[in-house]
Amino acid sequence: MSTALLLPALIGGLANGAVYALVALGLTLVYGVLHIINFAHGSLLMLALYAAWILWAAMGVSPYVALPVLVPLFFVLGYGLQRWVIGPAGHGRETNVLLVTLGLSIVIDNLALAVFGPSTRTTSIPLATRTIDLGVMYLPLPKLIAFAAALVLSGLLWLLLTRTDLGRAIRAVARESDAARLVGIRVTHIHAATFGIGTASVAAAACLLLPSFYVSPDAGYAFVLVAFTTVVMGGMGSFPGALLAGLVIGVIESLSGLWFGPSLAPVGIYAVFALVLLFRPTGLFGARA
Amino acid sequence: MLLEVERLEAGYGALPVLRDVTLAVGEGEIVAVLGANGAGKTTLNRTLSGLLRPRAGEIRFDGTSISRAEPDAIVTAGLIHVPEGRRVFARHTVEENLLLGAYRRGREHRHVGLARVYAIFPRLAERRRQIAGSLSGGEQQMLAIGRGMMAEPRLMILDEPSLGLSPRLVDEMFDLVGSLAGSGTAILIVEQNVVRTLDLASRAYVLENGAIAMQGEAAALARDPVLRRTYLGV
Repeated sequence: MSTALLLPALIGGLANGAVYALVALGLTLVYGVLHIINFAHGSLLMLALYAAWILWAAMGVSPYVALPVLVPLFFVLGYGLQRWVIGPAGHGRETNVLLVTLGLSIVIDNLALAVFGPSTRTTSIPLATRTIDLGVMYLPLPKLIAFAAALVLSGLLWLLLTRTDLGRAIRAVARESDAARLVGIRVTHIHAATFGIGTASVAAAACLLLPSFYVSPDAGYAFVLVAFTTVVMGGMGSFPGALLAGLVIGVIESLSGLWFGPSLAPVGIYAVFALVLLFRPTGLFGARA
Repeated sequence: MLLEVERLEAGYGALPVLRDVTLAVGEGEIVAVLGANGAGKTTLNRTLSGLLRPRAGEIRFDGTSISRAEPDAIVTAGLIHVPEGRRVFARHTVEENLLLGAYRRGREHRHVGLARVYAIFPRLAERRRQIAGSLSGGEQQMLAIGRGMMAEPRLMILDEPSLGLSPRLVDEMFDLVGSLAGSGTAILIVEQNVVRTLDLASRAYVLENGAIAMQGEAAALARDPVLRRTYLGV
């Protein structure tokens, strides 16, 4: 394979992978702290795609401009969902919470179907058609923006978790819930804030995706399956794991699309996924058993 | 009295653990709770700190009922429970553990608190950037107490602070508890080290099968033949 084909596939894969990583970071954070698998993650991504699309369709707001508005808005939405819907409905049982998030995703998906109908919607912003000359290839500008922004946002999330009071409290609750309560941390608040951060991260991903993607009531599925794979490959609950696995999966998808054709691109992902789990059953950065 | 517990009942599920427990701790006083494994000491601590809801009875702190209060409200009121064993935040650094101890306090308290804890435990100052899980057992116990001090409590509950420590560290630990009480913090110490604890405390309660079996002045209990036979084997 010539580098003339390989390099663009690699770069394009990294660009997609950064967004996968951003979606997966929200999922792995919620898993690591609340110990639940959030089945509503994809539906929330879809909801954010619609929110960004509405802002563009109704007011002509670019999704990039909408990002700083939708991120705090979706933090509040996620906080509220966990604090007043998912948490209380779970009655403290993790298996219940799992079913509540599944139910929530069914409700959100069908509400979207009822309100927006099944058709696919896209945006057309002038920026989206521009390309950047990288020498070896022309990279669509939205891909470059998505790559850079997803990495910057992941970095900011890392700083939030490692350098702030909230981040310290989130990590404390993840590991030692009782000891966290004994220093006065309100676990219900931290759970809700974590779910809010997870929801905010899909809102950011949605704004970065929309210019080169589409939205329909099932738009979340395409990403949530990849996101689950990313989380498991990286090691459940691991931040660096999700980031690395997201990038790896983006590249593999792109390369296997190049070799086997786009419709078989996922085959490469799951082949590598199976290989990783064969040698590291707990994922790349997972805790050793 | 700073802490007043009246006819407390608590347990897990259908299983009652504490029955009719009445005890009190005064300002700046050191009070001991003694008892064998399974006597209900840990359940008592979990109930006092709000991790476990009492089934019946009353807990008052500084005159206000905290029987139904959440743990964060109890921390804010000034009652800190230093849990048994190595319940530090293992993946956080030493300094992060201490900062989490001051979670309910304003930022302005942090520097003073850190300086105070580091003055008492120079080892923790040396290891401030180290991951807490990498500390020795004794250092983790110091960190747990230091984290409790960061909240500037009026009453500190110490759960088995000498467990797993070398004899020299046990001495240091008991000296420290004495000086904490000297500086005005009341202490409720739950221990298996009966001799040292009775030497330190002014009063003590003996918990047996979830109920108070004996109570009184520590010095008097230390001479009690029944207690000596049960807990010291002499």
